[in-house]
Amino acid sequence: MNAAQAAPAEPSQDAALVAALFAVDPAGLGGVALRASADPGRDQWLALVKALLPAGVPLRRIPLHISDSALLGGLDLAATLQAGRPVSQRGVLAQADGGVVMLAMAERLSAATAARLAAVLDCGEVLLERDGLALRQPARLGMVALDEGQEDEEQLPAALLDRLAFHLHLQSGIPESSVYWSRADIEAARLRLPNTGIDAQIVQALCATAQALGVASLRAPLLALRVARAAAALVGEAAASADHATLAARLVLAPRATRLPPPPPPETQPEDADDSAQTPDDMSEPEPTQDASPEPEAGSEGYQALAETVLAATQAAVPAGLLAALQVGQASRARAQTAGRAGAVRKNQNRGRPIGARRGEPRQGARLNVLETLRAAAPWQTLRRLTRAERSSARPAQTGQLRIEVRRDDFHVTKFKQNSQTTTIFVVDASGSSALNRLAEAKGAVELLLADCYVRRDQVAVIAFRDKQAELLLSPTRSLARAKRSLAGLPGGGGTPLASGLDAALTLAQQVQRRGDTPVIVLLTDGRGNIARSGAPGRVQANADAIEAARQIKSAGLTALLLDTSPQAQAMAQALAQAMGAHYLPLPHAGARQLSQAVKAATGASQHGY
Amino acid sequence: MTFPFSAIVGQDEMKLAMLVCAVDSSIGGVLVFGDRGTGKSTAVRALAGLLPKMRAVVGCRYACDPAKAGGGCESCAGLRSGSGGPLRSHLIPVPVVDLPLGATEDRVVGALDLERALTQGVKAFEPGLLARANRGFLYIDEVNLLEDHLVDLLIDVAASGENVVEREGLSVRHPARFVLVGSGNPEEGELRPQLLDRFGLSVEVRTPEDLAARVEVVRRRDAYEQDPAGFVLQWQREENRTRKRILLGRSRLSQVEVPQPARERASQLCMALGTDGLRGDLTLMRTARALAALQGDSCVADSHLRQAAAPSLRHRLRRNPLDDAGSTVRVQRALTELMGSA
Repeated sequence: MNAAQAAPAEPSQDAALVAALFAVDPAGLGGVALRASADPGRDQWLALVKALLPAGVPLRRIPLHISDSALLGGLDLAATLQAGRPVSQRGVLAQADGGVVMLAMAERLSAATAARLAAVLDCGEVLLERDGLALRQPARLGMVALDEGQEDEEQLPAALLDRLAFHLHLQSGIPESSVYWSRADIEAARLRLPNTGIDAQIVQALCATAQALGVASLRAPLLALRVARAAAALVGEAAASADHATLAARLVLAPRATRLPPPPPPETQPEDADDSAQTPDDMSEPEPTQDASPEPEAGSEGYQALAETVLAATQAAVPAGLLAALQVGQASRARAQTAGRAGAVRKNQNRGRPIGARRGEPRQGARLNVLETLRAAAPWQTLRRLTRAERSSARPAQTGQLRIEVRRDDFHVTKFKQNSQTTTIFVVDASGSSALNRLAEAKGAVELLLADCYVRRDQVAVIAFRDKQAELLLSPTRSLARAKRSLAGLPGGGGTPLASGLDAALTLAQQVQRRGDTPVIVLLTDGRGNIARSGAPGRVQANADAIEAARQIKSAGLTALLLDTSPQAQAMAQALAQAMGAHYLPLPHAGARQLSQAVKAATGASQHGY
Repeated sequence: MTFPFSAIVGQDEMKLAMLVCAVDSSIGGVLVFGDRGTGKSTAVRALAGLLPKMRAVVGCRYACDPAKAGGGCESCAGLRSGSGGPLRSHLIPVPVVDLPLGATEDRVVGALDLERALTQGVKAFEPGLLARANRGFLYIDEVNLLEDHLVDLLIDVAASGENVVEREGLSVRHPARFVLVGSGNPEEGELRPQLLDRFGLSVEVRTPEDLAARVEVVRRRDAYEQDPAGFVLQWQREENRTRKRILLGRSRLSQVEVPQPARERASQLCMALGTDGLRGDLTLMRTARALAALQGDSCVADSHLRQAAAPSLRHRLRRNPLDDAGSTVRVQRALTELMGSA
């Protein structure tokens, strides 16, 4: 009953075990997210999986930037033209039916590819609606996602991670001693698997453990359940037992933990300790649920004990560093997620890396993809010649018979993907308190930053606030000359409607995000607001409003930088920067180089992960 | 064999929204946004098994309704002139068509039949997914990852109810009225407002927090996977009951009265929330009416408006930078202001 006695988690031992369990039921367990560098240890593990999988099972490798036609399948043009009827070509996924695919450099998988893979994991088939073909092809397979990510921010797309039972972090090779199973064992286990039972209590225990560890997705306990079953089948037992559940929880639930369970009541509340001393654990307590640990209505003795054992063992396997990182990095995680949104990758008509072609005309700078256009035209040649022959039957046979007839319908243009652009939004405090000379310095700072923006081909926008309201001086543009001009003509004086300035910045930043660009807010102020949102003067209300507006910027996950323009660093400006989650930089001490570095640091972080 | 709709644990708002669309297809579909692993796509696919069959013209490629076959369907016109007599009809399952990511445009809108072109040198139209979805449901999983040019296409067809294809000198125009169902995870990106607007209703799904419910979800899913046929059989009765509810709702729909005060309240609510355009108002009214029909009430009352408000309006709110509350909260607040707390 105490955690110390639970089976110790031995990562290198687990690696071999995971390989065996995965080999028993690749399609059911989804797969393994294997975080490891491309070293002999990883090769050893992959070789083990291969050796354990039954002979003849297809193994396919999926490169990072695979095209849809290679992944899902499509029309086999050469065969089609040769055969004179449509011939389809199976994609990698359909080829791997019944087997395993390896995803190379999976930490860089795009959300779009991840969604296609996820759909196949969910349905066990490839739904093909391409090139005039409509097919359903079976694709019951498991995946090994090779994740070479170095930092925590580089991770598999969450949609995929959620569907893979095992998240294995391989740091060393596999000890020979931990490989107990052979291919024959796996084959025997596969035969036993469909008839392996599972107790209702185990389902409850796994769900309770998942919940206690803050694992929200319901796929996790379901996958744990299947792992428990596979484990029982592997050792030849008719039904999964508590040990298998414990193992499954350790392998599947522990790596997904987002919190540690609330400490058991005896430690927190002495009265409760008395209670539990009086009531041995074979008595169910129909007490109203305690705040954090809801108990199911069927609190049978076996379930309670089992749930506790499973939880204790799993808890021991939660990597200590993981939770610490989660707690500390909550804020930066929110930002990392935002940066990873679909918005960070932008499709542009004519710049960036080509990512395939689509039907369309080469207009507005779109580039004709000659190869795809010819491919599209090829199957229709016979038909077109026939049509033309009918039409021009009166005329003598043309020498153009051998020409390829391309119609407008065939036109394909190349699609490009571009790194998302950064739009730097300058929010300038032009109030009287900023005093005119400080305003001049602020303008100087902005000009410095503009030069940087020019180098990075960023867009810039300028919002100024003074008197009663904020004003958008310049909507996002790449014309830096206009930005300079708009600043030069900016008058100073009046109150400081700080909150309105921040609100305007947030609105604009969200517009920028919706367009698929990444906004960075650079706020230049002394932080001494004195006009509330309502337009009424009053320092107290103005400050409260400003802090609230700043919090909204933080909760929107935006990158921000605050340049304090006051002669001495202001507590209020610092508080504001904190509420905004912004980098704080007092301008009086900031030289040109420092300024530019600070912005680079801020924008560089948001451009991370292209 | 799909997971039975009635066996889905909780997620009442999502289930209700789907039933409402099954009762009144003019509401225009459901967008299901939410956490991973909450069974969004399970629910949509389950709907296919639940829907009562529909009557369609035999031989029509677009499965036209025989009662309305007078309209501009070329396929029906061809059949009529071919046989001379009245069109025959039969009962077919309501199509629930998957639009998979990676689908190419020619398969979505339809194109020339490649097989016939190659083997016989004949130009013939091969209907696409939009044709197949006519009078049924078109489902897009991970709708926020759909490619832009397909989104444009859908926006256009969903508004006009008609698909026009011009290829190789062939011009085809066919009905494409479908209930658009989308699902996705907000973390993957947002939807364009124009596409958002095409969805009549939007629901947010969360993973259940209650342990008993979570256990039940996992247990049922596991039971289904172990023995799909047995599980479906076990739930057949419940499914029949739900199906009957849909049929009853449909038959009652036209008789549900919408009193003037209810109309006014709906408009007031939309005004208070500042929703764009009239679609919000219209959808709210239709949803409230379908809800009343589904629940066996003869008249739209405040309770129906209350239930219909969040799903019909939450995706039509303008962003308010002064208000970081979620859109659901804003709808609830406006409701309370208008009608008092429930």
